[in-house]
Amino acid sequence: MRPLYNSAERIASAVENGEISAIELLDEIFERIKAVEPKINAFITLAEDKAYEKAKDIDQRVRKGLKVGRLAGVVVAVKDNICVKNVETTCGSKILKGYFPSYNATVIEKLDMEDAVIIGKTNMDEFAMGSTTEFSAYKTTRNPYDLERVPGGSSGGSAAAVASGEALLALGSDTGGSIRCPAAFCGVVGLKPTYGLVSRYGLIAYANSLEQIGPIARNVRDCALSLSVIAGYDPRDSTSLTVQPKDYLEDLNATYDLKGVRVGIIKEFLAEGVQESVASKVLDTIYSLEELDASIGEISLESLEYALAAYYVIAMSEASSNLARYDGLRYGLRVSDQGLNWGRAYAKNRRLGFGEEVKRRIILGTFALSAGYYEAYYLKALKVRTLVLMDFQRAFKEFDVLAGPSMPTVAFKIGEKMEDPLELYMCDVNTVPANLAGLPAISIPCGLSEGLPVGLQLIAPPMEESRLFKVSHSCESLGKWSFTLKP
Amino acid sequence: MAVKTVKIGLEVHCQLTSLKSKLFCSCPTDYRGKPPNTNICPVCMGEPGTLPVLNKEALRSAIMIALALHSDISRFTYFTRKNYFYPDMAKNFQISQYDGVGGAPLAKGGYVVLNNGKTVRIRRIQLEEDPARLIYEGSIDTAPSALVDYNRHGIALVEIVTEPDMSSPEEARLFLQKLRSILEHLGVFDGELEGAMRCDANISLEGGVRVEIKNISSYKEVERALMFEITRQSNLLSRGIKIARETRFWDERRRITVSLRTKETEEDYRYFPEPDLPPIVLTDEFLDDVKRKLPMLPDERRRVFVEKYGVSEQNADVLVSDKALADFFEKCLKHYDKAQELSSLLVGDFLAQLHSLNMSIRDVKVSPSQIAKLLKLLDDKVLTGLSAKTVLREMIATGEDPESIIQKKELHRISSRDMLTELVDQVFTMNPKAVEDALVNEKAIHFLVGQVMRMTRGKADPTLVREIVEEKLGKIEPNRVG
Repeated sequence: MRPLYNSAERIASAVENGEISAIELLDEIFERIKAVEPKINAFITLAEDKAYEKAKDIDQRVRKGLKVGRLAGVVVAVKDNICVKNVETTCGSKILKGYFPSYNATVIEKLDMEDAVIIGKTNMDEFAMGSTTEFSAYKTTRNPYDLERVPGGSSGGSAAAVASGEALLALGSDTGGSIRCPAAFCGVVGLKPTYGLVSRYGLIAYANSLEQIGPIARNVRDCALSLSVIAGYDPRDSTSLTVQPKDYLEDLNATYDLKGVRVGIIKEFLAEGVQESVASKVLDTIYSLEELDASIGEISLESLEYALAAYYVIAMSEASSNLARYDGLRYGLRVSDQGLNWGRAYAKNRRLGFGEEVKRRIILGTFALSAGYYEAYYLKALKVRTLVLMDFQRAFKEFDVLAGPSMPTVAFKIGEKMEDPLELYMCDVNTVPANLAGLPAISIPCGLSEGLPVGLQLIAPPMEESRLFKVSHSCESLGKWSFTLKP
Repeated sequence: MAVKTVKIGLEVHCQLTSLKSKLFCSCPTDYRGKPPNTNICPVCMGEPGTLPVLNKEALRSAIMIALALHSDISRFTYFTRKNYFYPDMAKNFQISQYDGVGGAPLAKGGYVVLNNGKTVRIRRIQLEEDPARLIYEGSIDTAPSALVDYNRHGIALVEIVTEPDMSSPEEARLFLQKLRSILEHLGVFDGELEGAMRCDANISLEGGVRVEIKNISSYKEVERALMFEITRQSNLLSRGIKIARETRFWDERRRITVSLRTKETEEDYRYFPEPDLPPIVLTDEFLDDVKRKLPMLPDERRRVFVEKYGVSEQNADVLVSDKALADFFEKCLKHYDKAQELSSLLVGDFLAQLHSLNMSIRDVKVSPSQIAKLLKLLDDKVLTGLSAKTVLREMIATGEDPESIIQKKELHRISSRDMLTELVDQVFTMNPKAVEDALVNEKAIHFLVGQVMRMTRGKADPTLVREIVEEKLGKIEPNRVG
């Protein structure tokens, strides 16, 4: 078999039945990395030794006829804000240079238990603050479809690694669209799960109340398989939901009947600023679901007008507190602090360790939480959040899933939007509502516009990931898109 | 210098020392004596990606405290981040609670009645994590650097804030003593552990402003620190110098307060709800259950001691102010039923001997049945009250039986009339002047009796000695004028 052209699901069964060894697969992957990584820059750190050790262990068990896990041999790339024990974890920031976590994130333990092979840590916007991966302190990741363009962000490295075949699966994190945006730009499938479905233990916080770890995959089935592995209650995360593990593949059978499924197009998702070609690709795909007997309608969620502003206030406020711990005293970067008192030493470390965008968000968040402004900003943002949630609840009385473009545009040129932070923030307008409301949302590729992928976003009520997979899988079945390795 | 009206409020931090683990992680609580920075884990060190998980026992203990202090418990409460940069916080914020916008403390209101009858109102009670310990070589304002030990970081603390209802340093001490006894009776706290109870005090003198004193480590220190501060502020006021609104630090070693920072404005801690911990909803059933299981508290116990056992109110106050002492009393009572006599021995000689031996009731080697034996020996007049003190001291220090101590030290009471008469004769011969005085002065009789007691090292039966002395004086008294 040619492993690079197969799905994770197929690879895992091939490894399990000895068709291919985990080592052979890993060799192929590293060959591919050697070929494309200089162009793509998807990884900050490669964990080659660790990966081969794991692959060897899997092959030994296969040879002995012992049981192997559901992701046996599947090569997974992990965003650099998810802790892997003894593998440098930087969050794309200089301030965590040299930080080797002393523990594994819960999702890493779960992947390991199912015999996934973790290959390395992927590039990202510093502390997940960005939509292009350009705010990484280390490198600029390039879009596999067009090396002059951004891969999206902040999980840009993860999406690019999957799109370019440097990994079969990847983990990202999504605080305001950081999985769905790069998935859309790179032509892969990315899911932000229901808040609390996947443990955040070991995810380095940007904005705790908004974010989730989620899978990035070549197709919907691989995405569903990954979620089956990483989801579930974790006593180490108090915001984790007490739900039984579930096999999301079970619901994805070969028949694609969407009879009785009501799909609602969110009007606000197609407002001014959305590229016409993007809108028409997305609408084409949604209406083609009628072929499978889905009913399509439109709905307006008025509170979404304020969602982006509320999102940034909440995210920055939480970030200003979450990032306070990076002072150089205990881990990560420690600049020379001879002769400085602790306060000055902290300040110097943070001045040199954080990038411009991170500083901007810390300052804005600090301001929003300050006495006298708290009510006007943070509390008001929380109220908007409640309104958004209520709007979604109302919408889900009429529709089973809500739909629209994941991103208003296709991937733009590297450097194109670096001058104006506000313009960059505007890119998240369609993705942040699901984070504010804690809802599951998926981005699936639905075609090309001028040679660049377009992402369709589907949003479901809490814990209805199965529904998202079912509709997404049906879209795939219409044959408008199939995964191809790039570049 | 005229005595000014003083207002004192306390902010007390008590560790929940009976818990097995820290407030938000599974590190053990027995950090004392461990090498620095060994009682830590990724969670309490705030390592990137880690998350806090509430210790449910800590919540239960805090609720018990709130109930015992008659406080109003919130049915809906949550944790709040208090943001400030300081090396004693691994995350540069403290997971705490707050009673302003962005917070909902565990309980509000309540009161404590002091042993002098005064009521001190409670403002709020909340649960929070203990900061790390900063170690200064030398003193805080001369040390070139500070060392940080995170072993204590994350231990569950209950913060109890009072209204400024205390009007003297003594009352502040009484408050802490009473609070300690209540917490010990609840079984959630051991005040003997170093640093288990710490407090900050707010003090204002009439005509002055509020000054905060930090780093007070015990109820003994609170009195000293406040006395110092009253003197300092009175001096300034009497010289017409304005008192600065500031935070001061109690330097235990030098026994002075030093200025830490002046408060031009309130610090801005940017409180907001802790996103990693869901809000806590307390049901009536849960609260009722905690209430039902509350153990007997000091005020109720005092009533039992007085009404049921017949202990004097004064003795009962002393006994219940220390749970260990009250427990010891009750154990002794099983072996000896004269409660008042027993209580007098315990609050009197027993405590005095502990104090002079620099021991705590928790370290005594003597058993309750041995104390009962001693009392019976006294009842049977086997030894004198004076000798009993010597025996008691030895018993406390060694745990030896009173009989064997009496034997060893030959402390049997001397009640042989012949022997004592001989001794009295000797004393009369050696102190002719005193004998002359004794004929007209009662006090000199004491002196003569005292001399005999001294010669016998307290073993002589003092009543008998006095009888003999008086008899002998009577014989040389015929010339005395009525």
